[in-house]
Amino acid sequence: QLSLFRFTVKRPFSTSHSSVDSKEIKKFQLLAQKWWDEEGEYAALHSMNDIRVPFIRDTLLSMSSNYNLGNPLSGIKILDVGCGGGLLSEPLGRLGASVTGIDPVEDNIRTADQHKSFDPVLAERIQYKSSSLEEIVEESMETFDVIVASEVVEHVADLEMFIKCCSQVLKPEGSLFITTINKTQLSYVLGIVVAEKIMGIVPEGTHEWEKFVPPEELERLLESNGFSVRSVKGMLYNPLSGSWSWVRSRSLNYALHAVRAGAPPQPHATDTLPETDVQQRSATAGTA
Amino acid sequence: PLYDVVVSGGGMVGSAMAAVLGHDIHFHDKKIALLEAGPRKEYDHMPDSYSNRVSSISPGSATLLSSCGAWDHVCSLRLKPFRRMQVWDACSEAMIVFEKDDLDDMGYIVENDVIMSALTKQLDAVADRVEVFYRSKAVGYTWPLPSHGCDTSPWVQVELADGRRLQTKLLIGADGHNSMVRKEAEIKNIEHQYDQSAVVATLHLSEATDNNVAWQRFLPTGPIALLPLSDTASSLVWSTSHDHASELLAMDEESFVDSINSAFWSNINHSDFIDTAGAMFRSAISLLKPSGTAVRQLPPSVAEVDAESRAMFPLGLGHATEYVRPRVALIGDAAHRVHPLAGQGVNLGFGDIACLAHHLSAAAFNGSDLGSLKHLLKFETERQRHNVSLLAATDVLKRLYSTTLAPLVLLRTWGLQATNALPPVKVRI
Repeated sequence: QLSLFRFTVKRPFSTSHSSVDSKEIKKFQLLAQKWWDEEGEYAALHSMNDIRVPFIRDTLLSMSSNYNLGNPLSGIKILDVGCGGGLLSEPLGRLGASVTGIDPVEDNIRTADQHKSFDPVLAERIQYKSSSLEEIVEESMETFDVIVASEVVEHVADLEMFIKCCSQVLKPEGSLFITTINKTQLSYVLGIVVAEKIMGIVPEGTHEWEKFVPPEELERLLESNGFSVRSVKGMLYNPLSGSWSWVRSRSLNYALHAVRAGAPPQPHATDTLPETDVQQRSATAGTA
Repeated sequence: PLYDVVVSGGGMVGSAMAAVLGHDIHFHDKKIALLEAGPRKEYDHMPDSYSNRVSSISPGSATLLSSCGAWDHVCSLRLKPFRRMQVWDACSEAMIVFEKDDLDDMGYIVENDVIMSALTKQLDAVADRVEVFYRSKAVGYTWPLPSHGCDTSPWVQVELADGRRLQTKLLIGADGHNSMVRKEAEIKNIEHQYDQSAVVATLHLSEATDNNVAWQRFLPTGPIALLPLSDTASSLVWSTSHDHASELLAMDEESFVDSINSAFWSNINHSDFIDTAGAMFRSAISLLKPSGTAVRQLPPSVAEVDAESRAMFPLGLGHATEYVRPRVALIGDAAHRVHPLAGQGVNLGFGDIACLAHHLSAAAFNGSDLGSLKHLLKFETERQRHNVSLLAATDVLKRLYSTTLAPLVLLRTWGLQATNALPPVKVRI
């Protein structure tokens, strides 16, 4: 039962660009060319598409009433947060979605833009932007049907702020898909000690165990910020076969699907009018 | 223009590949191109006489053709189902019979033109997805460079004879045993020319019969097979030495018919020794397994041959060491060439299509890059495993039956008799 380790280098995901570490930037620039080598450093992320794309696709299909199997995600607007070189944006685009991919590292965006440019269909369906999530909130309120944050939240400085931003840019009843790593003894032993120090599969220092997120905490944060968690599934990477599979245990990697609550019901006009007046008056009194 | 898939070669296998993908639900919005060097053939109505190029279509292949709607057309044109296959030796009494216990058909004899007509109709039906380029021979292929993130196009470039250029995410080579796709991709091909040619012809039987049996007799010079076309006509496939084949083509029609009948009926190659040994073995088997020896039927006798229907073509064995490369896949004879004695040639190609289409369909539904080696390798592994054993077995059979040396004849006589008596082995075949 070997581990899953992150193949994306740690991407400091903070509230402002100025906290981005220039050392981290350099690490990225080196690896920016490697995104699209299916057998290179990012091989495990490429093969993760084999389970995360069907997960997203099937969940969305089950929630929609009619669809065309040639383009199952057509008409859906997706935000891919921390898109890197576009490994997940492209399959979602091929399935018909309109994808906006954002990543704070410019070199990643450049690689992603260049890679999609050769395919006219993808070039039209996907837009990339070098930006953090916070930076696009204002112009993208309630814009997206779906947000995918795959292998991202374990790098975010302020997770609750991140979730709040997701809620703001998602349409009511929009879906949020997250894949990340649990914070357990097992993930320390396998994810850090074995993967980084012993087998050298992941460059040393890529992961910070302290920033791993247990599913219970993620669920708590989501539920208290207007999300309803629909499913949490464990994922396991087999380094011998190079493939991912779904497992019951979430002690290593896991995927989560949550739905943003719908718009709150409007208060009834007629019978409660006097009470509302009183409430409003006392509310304004309070803030005056 | 950029295509999702380009199929190079518009024969039965190439056309079927394009038709199957064109009818796949996950390829609804994809662009497929089929390149065929020859002109478009109109098959509006079938001529009364049968074509001399026919294929034995297995039930699995019929299912594949059904899946793209072509089998219905074949059935409405013409085909001959057969229920039984009798294979026997010229040097002994050994015989093996294949037949299904239930009343299902074992296979179908269909003219290649009929299959092409059905496929052309089904390609027309999906013309919004599949563009067929006739009179378009590919003269050059440019492969993408392996390194990623560079400025050059990641697609395969195809150059046509008239100068037009296409780009594609996946190139499927269905261009026959002299495949240019395979050569340009520099994929090593293990090949061997048999010192044999196949003579084909359309024959008329002496008397009308149910004619639902396929007959094959192994002569020392090569197997001769009679494949039913109708109650009164059968197709001949006679694999023999190049010289003998030329003789057969040159001789007058009466002598030709006599040669065929004598090939099926004469016992000139029997030796007493082998006959006795064979008989002993047969008695032994009937003690152990009373039902183990089947009833020997007699093949029909031939009365005449269709004028102009005699033709010959050389035979060989071929197998590509790799079926796939990044953005390239080989199917059909481009990947493997087999002796007709097993009647498997085109069925292997249809099997390739079923497997490749399955993987491509799943890849499309996952939003994957169609040219990615990951799923192409799965196709290669599955098919090589299947094809290599069949090619090897066919080759061994061909060599085993090419001799009159007593020990080998005895070996194959007993082997055949034993196999005939053992249901599990026969079912596997």
